[in-house]
Amino acid sequence: MDDTPHTQMSRRSLLHMIGTVAGSAAMYHAMTEMGYAQESGYSGPPKLSQPKPGTSVLVLGAGIAGLVAAMELRDAGYKVQLLEYNDRSGGRNWSLYGGDTYTELGGFTQHVRFDPGQYINPGPWRLPYHHYGILHYANRLNVSVEPFTQVNYNAYVHSTETNGGKPVRFREVQADFHGHVAELLAKSTQQHALDKAVTKEDQEILLMALKNWGALDQNYEYKKGLVSSNRRGFVQDPGGGLHSLPTPSEPQAMSDLLKSRLWRYIASGHNYEMQSSIFQPKGGMGQIGLAFGRELQPLIKYNAKVVDIHQDASGVTATYVDAKHGGVPRQAKADWCICTIPASVLSQIPMNVSGKMHAAINQLPYQAALKVGLQFKRRFWEEDDRIYGGITYTNQPNSSIGYPMWDYFSKGKGVLLGAYTFGEAAFVAAAKPPEERIKDALEYGSKIHPQYKKEFDCGVAVAWHRVPWTLGCAGQWTEEGRAAHYDDMCAIDGRIMLAGEHVSRLPAWQEGAVTSATDAITRLHARVMSTA
Amino acid sequence: MSMMRLFIAAAILPLLVSEAQAQAQDAPGGRGGPFPFQGGQAIFQGVCQGCHMPDAKGAVGAGAYPALAGDAKLATAAYPISIVLHGQKAMPPLGGMLSDKQVADVVTYVRTHFGNKFADKVTPDNVKLQR
Repeated sequence: MDDTPHTQMSRRSLLHMIGTVAGSAAMYHAMTEMGYAQESGYSGPPKLSQPKPGTSVLVLGAGIAGLVAAMELRDAGYKVQLLEYNDRSGGRNWSLYGGDTYTELGGFTQHVRFDPGQYINPGPWRLPYHHYGILHYANRLNVSVEPFTQVNYNAYVHSTETNGGKPVRFREVQADFHGHVAELLAKSTQQHALDKAVTKEDQEILLMALKNWGALDQNYEYKKGLVSSNRRGFVQDPGGGLHSLPTPSEPQAMSDLLKSRLWRYIASGHNYEMQSSIFQPKGGMGQIGLAFGRELQPLIKYNAKVVDIHQDASGVTATYVDAKHGGVPRQAKADWCICTIPASVLSQIPMNVSGKMHAAINQLPYQAALKVGLQFKRRFWEEDDRIYGGITYTNQPNSSIGYPMWDYFSKGKGVLLGAYTFGEAAFVAAAKPPEERIKDALEYGSKIHPQYKKEFDCGVAVAWHRVPWTLGCAGQWTEEGRAAHYDDMCAIDGRIMLAGEHVSRLPAWQEGAVTSATDAITRLHARVMSTA
Repeated sequence: MSMMRLFIAAAILPLLVSEAQAQAQDAPGGRGGPFPFQGGQAIFQGVCQGCHMPDAKGAVGAGAYPALAGDAKLATAAYPISIVLHGQKAMPPLGGMLSDKQVADVVTYVRTHFGNKFADKVTPDNVKLQR
C-alpha cells in the first residue's frame, strides 16, 4: 500500500464531499430530503405451500397490503374473505376522474368535472423502478405503465423572494450551481489549498473531472460561452442555414445564485426513490387497485365498517356495520386475520391484542398532505412554456406543480397537479373548504404561469386529514418511535398480524405496503403450518 | 467510528426526526411551521378545524375525530395542552409548530367556546411546563 491511512482517509472524505456537491447542494438535500436509501427487500412473491384444506384468513382493508395478502393467500389455497370500508378497492391507490364524487369528513362534497382521460392521483403517483413488489403486481394484473418524469430541465424553480418573483428554468440553476462549485474547487486545487488532502497525481484527475462535470472552459472558469451554454441553454440556439450562429447565455453570478436559494430544488431527482426510471400506470395509479378488485371480486365485501376485532383460541371475529347506512352489526370469522386498517383508524377499534401492540398502534400519528388537481382549457405549459411532464418547484405553500405525463401535444384540456405539499401548509389547507384550497393553488400557480387565471376550468382538492378512511396520508414514524415500537407492530399477536405502509420502513410508499404484506403472510403461513 | 462515518452520520442525523416526510416528499418547504396565526380563534380556524371541524363537533368516517364542543374532558387545562403539544393516537404532536402563547391562546379559546365554559385562563407558562 502506497497510501498512508491518513492520506487515504482524507482523500475519501474529499471525494465524498465532491460526491455530495455533485449531488447538487446535497448537504442540504441530505439533511432534509434523503430517506434511507435501500432496495425494497422484495424477493418475489411468497411461495406458500398448501395449507390444511379449509384454513381461513380474514383480511381487513382492501388497500394494496390487503389486496396483496388476499391474492397470495387465495393462490396458496386459503379460504379468504376481505372487508373494505369503501365501495371500491385500492385504498390510497386511488385516482379521481370526471364524474366521480368525493365527500370528505365534515360533509364537504366535490363533484369532479375533468374531461375524459384526465385525472389526478390524490395518493401515490410514482412507481420507482426498484419498487419490485408493486411493479410485480402491476405486471401480473396487466396494468400498463408509462414513464413518470421526475426531473424536467425545462421546468421551473421559483421563489417569491428572488429574481423579481419570476421563475427560472431548472437547467439554468443546476448548470450555474455545478459550474461555480467546480470553478471554486479547481481554483482551490490550483492554489494548493488542497495539497494536504489530495495527492499531486489525484489533483490532475480532479481538475479534469471538475472541468468535465462543471462545464468549465480551458482556463477552468465557468463563464459565458458555448461550453456553459451547452448546459444552461442559449439565448439563441444554433440552427441551420444562414444566421445560424448560437448566442450564448450569461450565467448568474455565484453570490446571487447562492442568495436566491433556488439551488435547494435541483437535488429533487437525486433521491433513490426519485431516480430514473420511474413509472406510472396508464390512466391513473388507481388502475392497480381496481385491477386487484376485479381479480378478487368474489372475496371482497365493500361498504363494511369494522367496529370490533376479537380473537380467541379458535379464531378471529370481526364485527362490521354497513358503512353508508349503519344498521345491524354482522360478523365475519376466520382462523387467522391480516389487519391492514391504518393505525389512525385501528387505534379507535376495540381489538384484543397485547399491550405492546396497542402501544405501537396508538403512538403513530398520521401526516398532513395536500394534493390539488386543476383542469385547464389548454395545455399552455406545453404550448407556451415547452414543459412536457416533470415538476416545477416553488417556495409558495403549494410546493410544486406536476405536469401531466401523458398525452403530450394533445389539443384538448389538461390537468395539472397544482399543489402537493406536506406539513404546515397541508394542515392549513385541510382547515379550509375544498374550493378555497383550489383558489389558493390558482393564486400560487399564477405567479409562475400567468396563463392560469384565464385558462382555468375546474379542480378538485384532497386534504388527507379529511379523508374519512385514513385520517391522514401516512404513518409518521420517528426514529425514537421505531426503536420503541416497530417490532411490536410487526409481531404475530395470537391469530392477528398487521400489515400496510405503517408496518414498513418505506412509509407512504406502496412498496412498503407490498413488502409488509408479503412478510406478514410468509410468517403467518409458517405459524399456520407449525400449528396444524 | 471513522471520520467518514462520522461525516455521513452528521449529514443523515437530522432526517431522523420525521423520516416519513423525507421519504415521499421531493421538495423542501412547507413542513416545519410555526403556524402563521395569532389569537385563539385564528389558530382554531387556521389549523384545528381541519379535523375537529368548524363547529368543533368532530366527524365520523371509518374512524372519528372527537368533538371538542361541550367536552367535559377540557375541564382540566393540562389535558388539552398535553394533547396539542404531544399528540394522541392519530393526532400529530403540534408542539413544534406552535409557540407557548399560541397553544395557550387556542386552548383558552376552545375551553371558552363551543358550549365549553371553563373560565380559568391558560398562560404560556402553563404550556411551557408541559413541554
